[in-house]
Amino acid sequence: MTHIDRLDGLRVAVTGGTSGLGLALLRLLHARGATLGFVARDAARVRRVATELPGTHGIAGDIAAKTETHRIALQLNAALGGLDVLVNNASSLGPVPLALLADTECEDFERALATNLLGPFRLTKALLGSLAATARDAAPRQPGALVVNIVSDAAVTPYAGWGAYGASKAALAHLSRIWDEELREHGVRVLGFDPGDMDTPLHALALPDADPASLKQPADAARELAALIAASLGRAPAAASGAQR
Amino acid sequence: MIAADRPIQRPRDAKLLVVDAAGLLQYAPRARLADFLHAGDVLIANDAATLPASLSGIHRRSGLPIEVRLAGRRSLAVDDVHEFSAVVFGGGDHRTRTEDRALPPPLRPGDVLSFGRAEMLVEPRDTSRRGRAVLQARVLRTLDHPRLIALRFDGTPDAIWAGLARHGRPVQYAHLSEPLALWDVWTRVAALPVAFEPPSAGFVLDWQLLHALRERGIGFATLTHAAGLSSTGDPALDARLPFDEPYRLPAATVRAIAAAHRSGGRVVALGTTVTRALEHAASPDGVLRAGDAVADQRLGAHSRLRVVDAIVSGTHEPGSSHRELLRAFASDAVLARADAALAANGYLTHEFGDSVLIEAARPKPGRAAAHPSRPTTALVGADAP
Repeated sequence: MTHIDRLDGLRVAVTGGTSGLGLALLRLLHARGATLGFVARDAARVRRVATELPGTHGIAGDIAAKTETHRIALQLNAALGGLDVLVNNASSLGPVPLALLADTECEDFERALATNLLGPFRLTKALLGSLAATARDAAPRQPGALVVNIVSDAAVTPYAGWGAYGASKAALAHLSRIWDEELREHGVRVLGFDPGDMDTPLHALALPDADPASLKQPADAARELAALIAASLGRAPAAASGAQR
Repeated sequence: MIAADRPIQRPRDAKLLVVDAAGLLQYAPRARLADFLHAGDVLIANDAATLPASLSGIHRRSGLPIEVRLAGRRSLAVDDVHEFSAVVFGGGDHRTRTEDRALPPPLRPGDVLSFGRAEMLVEPRDTSRRGRAVLQARVLRTLDHPRLIALRFDGTPDAIWAGLARHGRPVQYAHLSEPLALWDVWTRVAALPVAFEPPSAGFVLDWQLLHALRERGIGFATLTHAAGLSSTGDPALDARLPFDEPYRLPAATVRAIAAAHRSGGRVVALGTTVTRALEHAASPDGVLRAGDAVADQRLGAHSRLRVVDAIVSGTHEPGSSHRELLRAFASDAVLARADAALAANGYLTHEFGDSVLIEAARPKPGRAAAHPSRPTTALVGADAP
């Protein structure tokens, strides 16, 4: 790592921070000096990650639950003292094992929508005051604050069996584009990021027989995501291109 | 006036009463607020999110129920969350008027206060579960009143925030019967959770209005001010309101105010807390300073406004500290006419009620206060920009 990779003091919140891409991103940003808050459902795993990464702020909560949104936002704002970046990473596959759309139970579809679409919508809305405050405080014409929503190629390509997940992620991708359009004037960018097929617990649930060697490592996707964050906020654009080598 | 008794931040029929610098009154739908602002003006809001500052629990020494309303804090520092001042009531909740609430049991330094779900509170020996389920504080001292204390929470800052988030509720009063949730009291721009009551003048804000301001060349900026309790129900304590309130004034907001001054625009404060913070930040010499400070002054009839040209506020009952602050903007005669007009025209009061926009009656000396499109007598004698 060189000095241009540093993200000292950057305040980042990550949902789904105890496994897969979320955990890999926390480890990477922690090493680069960012100030981190993260959310996950399992309190014991939250404590474990907070212990592994000293100085991070772990919050046990379910972003899919409407009534927990403000409780989570309150704790993130309080712990970080404001927010530069929100990464809506927590995801639900919908039915496990994957099911054809016509075999998908409504409840499984609703859970995918709650986690992959409504959760990011609600949490972003509750944290928008903080993100916009960061943007107002930024120097004139400097990038302000950033929301990254984790999307998927399943949001673009109609893979059979991926109906609940793909439809919810497609909606999240479009929500990102509309919100980016609306919030740009306030200095807040909203971007979708497709990390690719990774060797994660979620992927194992979807395709248990996939060969892990054929899948991308979450740490590699995390490096690309960190480069996107740095470039979007005008932090070391050289690092961004470097990360894409 | 009639109390607004439903927690709707932007009712479609919300009203605005405009009191111009000459004391003339104008009635308008509040949705037209932006029409009363001009290109070059800057609207300043308090972007504090509201804490769940009401905590119900048990006073351990007596075993009696209490409600603690957090009321003050030394600073806005992220990790300075152990010590608060607080107003303490006996059992009961917001549905009883604060004037009628019982005193708490006698409070002594060292007394333990536990907050959390009832079943956890009655099983204090189950410490393994209690550690997670209950937020706990100790009384440090009373502050010259049996209801007012300094307290200290146990635990790390993260654990204290988690406890507040889990067990606290927004402070509310008897005119609203339904329990408030955090989303009822967070404005659209709510950021750091440091307000003890909502900076409710900011309920008027939504992103459509912020877009409209931008389109019209009207500036928007924020500060963060730990808005305190508006009422305790106790005459001796109410006479001490507002308590000291820490605030943070960003450099970008000072720049936005300077830009408004350069273009001859007005500084319009969205609420009493914004007014208090800006005027404090400009004391004693009129120069605004960015940064953290504690507003400890009172504004009233004899205050000279150095920064704020106009205020958008809720309507307030005579005698309250918020109403007292409005006397810095307009004479008692004008405010009395405004009060009569509000009552006669069915304006609603309290935090979810209707709004007033009051232009300061006196131009501030020493700088160009004029705006070409500002049709008020306050411009007479002011330097043209």
